[in-house]
Amino acid sequence: MFSGLREKVGQVLVPGDEFSLEVQETLSLTEPLKPEKVLLGPGLKRRGDRKLLVVKSGVLRHKQPHVFWVENHQRRYVPAKGETIIGIITVKSGDVFKLDFGGSEQASLSYLAFEGATKRNRPNVQVGDLVFAQFIVANQHMEPELVCVDSAGRANGLGVFGAGGLLFSVSLGLVRRLLRPRSDVLSDLQKLFPCELVVGMNGRLWVKASSIQQTLIICNLLQSCETMTTAQRQQLFRRAAQGAL
Amino acid sequence: MKDTPLSNCERDFLLKAIEEKKRLDGRQTYDYRKMKITFGTDYGCCFVDLGKTRVMAQVSGELVAPKENRPNEGIMFFNIELSPMASPAFEQGRQSELSVKLNRQLERCLRNSKCIDTESLCVVSGEKVWQIRVDVHMLNHDGNLMDAASIAAITALCHFKRPDVGIQGDEVTVYSPEERDPIPLSIYHMPISVSFSFFQQGTYLLVDPCEREERVMDGLLMIAMNKHREICSIQSSGGIMLLKEQVMRCSKIASVKVSEITELISKALENDKRARKAGGRCGFAESMPQERITALKTDETSVEMTDASERANDIVENAEVPPQTVPSPVVPAPGVGQVGQGLQNTWGLEEEEEDGDEEEEEQKMEEEQDEKEDSREGDVVEISDSEEEEVVILHPETQDKSSKNAASSSNQKGGKTSKQREKK
Repeated sequence: MFSGLREKVGQVLVPGDEFSLEVQETLSLTEPLKPEKVLLGPGLKRRGDRKLLVVKSGVLRHKQPHVFWVENHQRRYVPAKGETIIGIITVKSGDVFKLDFGGSEQASLSYLAFEGATKRNRPNVQVGDLVFAQFIVANQHMEPELVCVDSAGRANGLGVFGAGGLLFSVSLGLVRRLLRPRSDVLSDLQKLFPCELVVGMNGRLWVKASSIQQTLIICNLLQSCETMTTAQRQQLFRRAAQGAL
Repeated sequence: MKDTPLSNCERDFLLKAIEEKKRLDGRQTYDYRKMKITFGTDYGCCFVDLGKTRVMAQVSGELVAPKENRPNEGIMFFNIELSPMASPAFEQGRQSELSVKLNRQLERCLRNSKCIDTESLCVVSGEKVWQIRVDVHMLNHDGNLMDAASIAAITALCHFKRPDVGIQGDEVTVYSPEERDPIPLSIYHMPISVSFSFFQQGTYLLVDPCEREERVMDGLLMIAMNKHREICSIQSSGGIMLLKEQVMRCSKIASVKVSEITELISKALENDKRARKAGGRCGFAESMPQERITALKTDETSVEMTDASERANDIVENAEVPPQTVPSPVVPAPGVGQVGQGLQNTWGLEEEEEDGDEEEEEQKMEEEQDEKEDSREGDVVEISDSEEEEVVILHPETQDKSSKNAASSSNQKGGKTSKQREKK
């Protein structure tokens, strides 16, 4: 049923490409008939009953057993539930903070959604501070809402950033490459020098190294990673390692 | 839409980096970003890239009535458009504080410095003069819009050519570019604006600030100067106290930068002039990236082939004789022999020869058979008939010839058989 989709994995698709999900014409009588399911990720849309429409241009990816999505180049972030982002506090009003996360509207973050925060014990957050937070509400019709705690009430890495470091933006594709389980960019970066790196799904990265020079180097290296092949990147990283030491 | 706010951490980092004489893109304090000047297909259209900042200027001319108090001077009009394309913070169709400031500065830089001979734009005194309009569009905002805008505007003015005008009595004729060559504007000098940003109350100074540096700066000093080191306008904003030495130092830096930029502009203009004269790719066509897929199908385009045949002949004459290759046997799989793999196919020729051979062979065979028949004696007619059928099946394409042959042979046979019968 999804053989057409499976064949195209790893190939470039453009908006308007269609897949038809026709039922197999020959059914085997001996094997039990298993209903096949498919999970559509970003870039694929169901159209009608038996049609799949590609709505973004990029490379088709597949994850076992039946997840398909289109990996594309994009800079505009669209919030999704469960994703972690770096936001900038813009307004402190009453019991909620407003955050800019690079999307079409601002997200709200309750002051109680921090670890150990109570009505008495407010978290120390100023306008302009950076916050690493997770979406719990993100849909078309409602204001996105963020929290800085997990379901057990612990920070678990979320929360307000400390002083220092540099914030910069890259494309969403590079962010996903960095967040992959065995990211090649990150493993190359680890060989250079120690640094703290926070990756927000909204394309914002925060880097802090021991000196301003090193922070700037990492920032520029990551920004230039976007348009380089693996060989070029490794050569550049090697040069940076030699030049910086 | 609101602009992305600047976080505290960025502000602290930038100020700390500036203290250490470091900039975000690795530049030195007095460095400009990479500048690129390109032209559109028409006269008076210029694009300036200053790092990621991109600005377009378009000059246009119109015949209008002059102002009352200056009856024999042309009119210059400057307009800066900040479109949301450049930055989400800019709004369409509304005069923001920034756009008014930029517009005013550009006017001071170009009109008030009298860099263009406005009297030469007069057609009929008190009745008709040229109005030259300069529209500057911001295409991308990454800081230092003023410098990019001033460079784009003056380069576009240098590039612009207005149509020629003839006057016979009371009649004014505007000639099209085909009838008479258009005339460039007469430009006395090229004022170029150079921006300096100050940090920590004037302690630190940077040339050509980028967008994030502009956000954390305390004050800005814009000096418009030409290559003769004449200051055309100078403006300080942000409300910082500058020392006399600082301003002097800035003007010295500006004079160096201006001479560099003027050289770049004149080189760009010269290149464009040469490209236009040669009829080559210029303007948009030149800026179009090659080796990039922009369409799903390729359209056939005409190719310039003036010296192609000569060059082809040269290549053929100068080329070395290819070494004689001997076909070596190739064994792709055990038990299979192959000769001459990967060489030029000469089957077409051989086939023809083979055809001929086959025909000859057929004839020979038939002759042989005839001879046999001769030797055999008796019931030969049926055999010849069956042979004819066989020939038809095997070689349908050579039917005519074989049938002819067969017919002739059968005739012969008929003759022979008759003879044989006679013998009987």
